[in-house]
Amino acid sequence: MDPLDVIDRALAHHHHDGTRLMQILRETQEVLGWLAPETITRIAEGVGWPRAKVEATAAFYSFFHLRPRGDYCLLWSDNIVDQMAGSQALMQRLCEALWLEPGRLSEDGLAFVHTTSDIGMGDQGPALLVNYRTMTRMTPERVDAMAELIRNRAPLASWPAEWFRVEDNLRRTGPLLGEAFAPGTALSAAWARGPEAQLAEIAAAGLRGRGGAGFPTARKWQACRDAPLEAGQTRVVVCNADEGEPGTFKDRVLLNSYADLVFEGMTIAAFTIGARRGFVYLRGEYRYLLEALEATLQRRREQGLLGNGILGRDGFDFDIEIHLGAGAYVCGEESALIESLEGKPGRPRLRPPFPVTKGYLGQPTIVNNVETFACVCRIAEKGAAWFAAIGTAQSTGSKLLSVSGDVAHPGVYEYPFGVSVAEVLEAAGVRNCVQGVQVSGPSGTTLTGEELGRRLCFEDVPTAGALMVFDCTRDMFEVARNFAHFFAHESCGFCTPCRVGTQINARLMDKIAAGRGSQYDLQELPRLHRLLAGTAHCGLGHSAGNPIFETLTKFRPAYERRLKSSDFAPAFDLDAELSQARQMTGREDRAAHLVEE
Amino acid sequence: MSEETTFFLDGEPIPFTAGQTILQAAHAAGRYIPHLCWHPDYKPHGSCRLCTVSIGGRSVPACATQASEGLEVANRTPELDDARRMLLQMLFVEGNHFCPSCEKSGQCLLQATAYELGMMGPHFDHFYPNRPVDASHPDVLLDFNRCILCSLCEQASARDGKFVFVMGGRGMRGRKVIINSASGRLADTDFALTDRAANVCPVGVILKKRVGFSVPYGQRRYDRAPVSVAQAQEASRE
Repeated sequence: MDPLDVIDRALAHHHHDGTRLMQILRETQEVLGWLAPETITRIAEGVGWPRAKVEATAAFYSFFHLRPRGDYCLLWSDNIVDQMAGSQALMQRLCEALWLEPGRLSEDGLAFVHTTSDIGMGDQGPALLVNYRTMTRMTPERVDAMAELIRNRAPLASWPAEWFRVEDNLRRTGPLLGEAFAPGTALSAAWARGPEAQLAEIAAAGLRGRGGAGFPTARKWQACRDAPLEAGQTRVVVCNADEGEPGTFKDRVLLNSYADLVFEGMTIAAFTIGARRGFVYLRGEYRYLLEALEATLQRRREQGLLGNGILGRDGFDFDIEIHLGAGAYVCGEESALIESLEGKPGRPRLRPPFPVTKGYLGQPTIVNNVETFACVCRIAEKGAAWFAAIGTAQSTGSKLLSVSGDVAHPGVYEYPFGVSVAEVLEAAGVRNCVQGVQVSGPSGTTLTGEELGRRLCFEDVPTAGALMVFDCTRDMFEVARNFAHFFAHESCGFCTPCRVGTQINARLMDKIAAGRGSQYDLQELPRLHRLLAGTAHCGLGHSAGNPIFETLTKFRPAYERRLKSSDFAPAFDLDAELSQARQMTGREDRAAHLVEE
Repeated sequence: MSEETTFFLDGEPIPFTAGQTILQAAHAAGRYIPHLCWHPDYKPHGSCRLCTVSIGGRSVPACATQASEGLEVANRTPELDDARRMLLQMLFVEGNHFCPSCEKSGQCLLQATAYELGMMGPHFDHFYPNRPVDASHPDVLLDFNRCILCSLCEQASARDGKFVFVMGGRGMRGRKVIINSASGRLADTDFALTDRAANVCPVGVILKKRVGFSVPYGQRRYDRAPVSVAQAQEASRE
């Protein structure tokens, strides 16, 4: 098809609306493969924005390409758990089979192979995205067969369907997921209660947000409900399905198999706060879920559970759109997510004003986690008392936990809040002794094997729902180094401490890994952590030093055994600097090296 | 009958009007809070974090925090100045800064702030990024080696109605100023020397051609007085 037609079709599909720029860019790129300069120019004209603003958005997200990415773009999940399952060797094998280097498009424009941040398949890795389709459980045999298909330019549709299968791996259910749900029942119960009583029900249930911070849901909703509306405005309900925290994949399961619980929870939220518009912000890595979710939304419209006159009630109007992200962890932060919804780079906003008063397009907006909406649905259905009786005093209800790493049965487990880490690990089947458990992903907490009696709840170890398990054979320094690179890659670059500090962290970790570190470098790491925690603009920067600080405190020998010197060692390696000169002159003899005496 | 409202900056009373931020009010009162990305004519950006102050032990950016009656704000404490010095060192190592030979030297806010805070060296390893210059425009040279990503050019150019500069990209490697033309060259925009954006850069990125080094050493803006004094003098003239 003519590129101009492709662009114009995407523009028309989204009514030339600049706030829908992300979707316009994605739909264009899905057909054209990348976003050429003339494509950007045409889209800018189409939405009536300055060209540089369109380019700025395209340049922000990992999954938009301003340079050609070939017919096959293969991005390996770089989560530490994928690495432990052998992803790096598999990527190398693929590169050798295709005769190319990671991060560089092949000369013939056929393929591009690289890493990407975690893609939410920690329970069935090594995983990768092939032209943004998820592939799981890679093996050397699959890599070889895949390379053959690529060399023969076989279309993705002809690849074995088995390779694209994503399992739920739901190992244990509880009050949230244990019972079947009939669409409409919770919504009818909420309607019968009325908005104020429904809000009181959420408050009485003690529901706290499931995204990790644990803010009381009813208080957020009350603030949004109370926020004044200007003419033409509505309140907005946003479901944060940007499940980007490495090691977390429980929202993937909710969206795949329990979408009705989530959508109905959102509709109850809309009814409670008086919202007419809803969004699911779906991370780009979950692109494969889009069509099924659209179909569920359409069915709910036909069932009278979305759209105008919901449940046959005049004036109860609410609908949900799915907004697909494009590879940016920071968009999990609610104000960055809203910026992204508006078609802009996902940079966290200065606050106040908070989203509950001025969010999406300046309108009062609530942003809640996928699991929070599922809980809302069950609370509406079964009542606050039922919910409050589960869990602990400060952490009511149950929690979905994504368990990955060194366990026999990785997957999603539902437990009441207050469960001990040991109990979860026992269910998941720990093979060896446990050295460490990373709770809530890189930005969370590192527990040692001696701390497994600790309980998952806001009173003890708060969690967004991830446990990455590392047995005694693992190197906790490498775990922290992986996390350091993750933050350096995902920092939005807005504020000085995070943009530069995460880079310095990653460089120091590399320096130590290369055997060039010293005590001096170990002292730098806590200094950087304090600066980031104290001066960064948003939560990403505040927590970016956490995993380094925690592993340095709890697993110090893993760092110290790598040190070259107890005092200071320079990062600069004179001999390494000559490598290019050696390559150009074709020399590898002894005299071409600076040999340390 | 306006009621006198004040907050306290390092114990000194600062008057303010409702809606003013801590930095706005302090600046208007001739008190210096270190800053780079803040400019009195534009919205606070909050990216450089140099203006981080402490309120009740909590660190906040003074540029984006509203002043309120009786607030006790710590500003020039050794701890805060230490953090600021580290932030400055970060800015110096992530770019390529050649202060002695830079034509903005002596008039550069970054350089002056480093002097003010007693920064004696870069401390961290230099990144040595590869940032090409854009000399395409007849009147202006863009040298991105010094860019601190403050966004003032973006804000000023939006005020000009031209959107010549837009902050784009992500992270240390990607984040940069995007020029509003398909070629990415300044010459292919409608940028002019008379634009607000031509005069707003606090460092040496947007440089006017053929006027470099025209002010002799010793008479340059921050030769005459350190930035803390110069800003107080300028504020009192406003």
